[in-house]
Amino acid sequence: MTVDLTTLLAIIAMAAATALTRLGGLILIRHVSLEGSRRKAIESIPPAVLMAVVAPTAFATGLAETIACAVTAFAALRLPMLVSVALGVVSVASLRAFGI
Amino acid sequence: MKENARLADFLGGMRAIAPLIAAVVPIGLVFGAVAATKGLTPAEAGLMSTLVFAGGSQFVAMDIWTHPASWVGVGFAALMVNIRHLLMSASLGTRMQGFGPRERYFAMLFLADEIWAMAEFRAKVARLTPAWFAGLVAPFYLAWVVSGIGGAGLGAFLGDPVVLGLDFAFPAVFIVLVMGFWKGPETGAVLLASGAAAVATQHFVPGVWYIAAGAVAGLLTALVSGNRRSVEVTS
Repeated sequence: MTVDLTTLLAIIAMAAATALTRLGGLILIRHVSLEGSRRKAIESIPPAVLMAVVAPTAFATGLAETIACAVTAFAALRLPMLVSVALGVVSVASLRAFGI
Repeated sequence: MKENARLADFLGGMRAIAPLIAAVVPIGLVFGAVAATKGLTPAEAGLMSTLVFAGGSQFVAMDIWTHPASWVGVGFAALMVNIRHLLMSASLGTRMQGFGPRERYFAMLFLADEIWAMAEFRAKVARLTPAWFAGLVAPFYLAWVVSGIGGAGLGAFLGDPVVLGLDFAFPAVFIVLVMGFWKGPETGAVLLASGAAAVATQHFVPGVWYIAAGAVAGLLTALVSGNRRSVEVTS
């Protein structure tokens, strides 16, 4: 049960950066009004960030991952989150088992 | 507020988050197992989950982890991956009339994608109260920390997460969240720009710059399509 000092420092840096992003929005809305086109542009950031995170998995890792991403996305149109995620995991595991 | 009403709100929040706890436990186990393969002790993995409490950035940190750890590298990566919280917090902040000023900041420290989504959904149908929000956070936070420590302790016993497909649980959750943000062709253009920029950047630039590249490309696309629309309206 040891904690390395450089690891602790890295964890604190991550925690500080993350706290900044969490509190930043509250501070922002006290000073800036987010209306009209500015709000529209800012609303596009969450899907853009999420897409950027998953894009390498979806399009540049392998056929199994690409197919499983498509399965998950289609499932998400109709099914609850947990079911869609489970379908994606089962798809990727079976596709990999078949060597795809 | 009466104690009974507060308890009912707390339990209501717990009920709303229950299915997402079932989803987060395997992800927490995988995070712990991955952290163990990178040489982190269960204590270190647990400390990271406790203090950071942001799955995406924790996985990215494991991806780029070095010995000794680079606090600049993982700190900057956490900022890039979690910058989306800024917008979630700005949006949710406008729906927290039921919170005191200090409660607002304290509650926001526990913001996560799943908690944000549930809280926004609640605020559409009822007044969001601190008790209801606490009902979301308490079990979810506990599940994340405990499963992370468990995963790091079990490590190799969990089996290969790649064979079980569990490494895919995290991208799958993000895909479901992306689909939830769909608002028509404009969203499609944003996603296309972001995805293309991210894949291209990840191919040519080492590290996590692809996340920033994708986010900026998506934002620029939204700005351009927004401007073009307003030009059409005025001309």
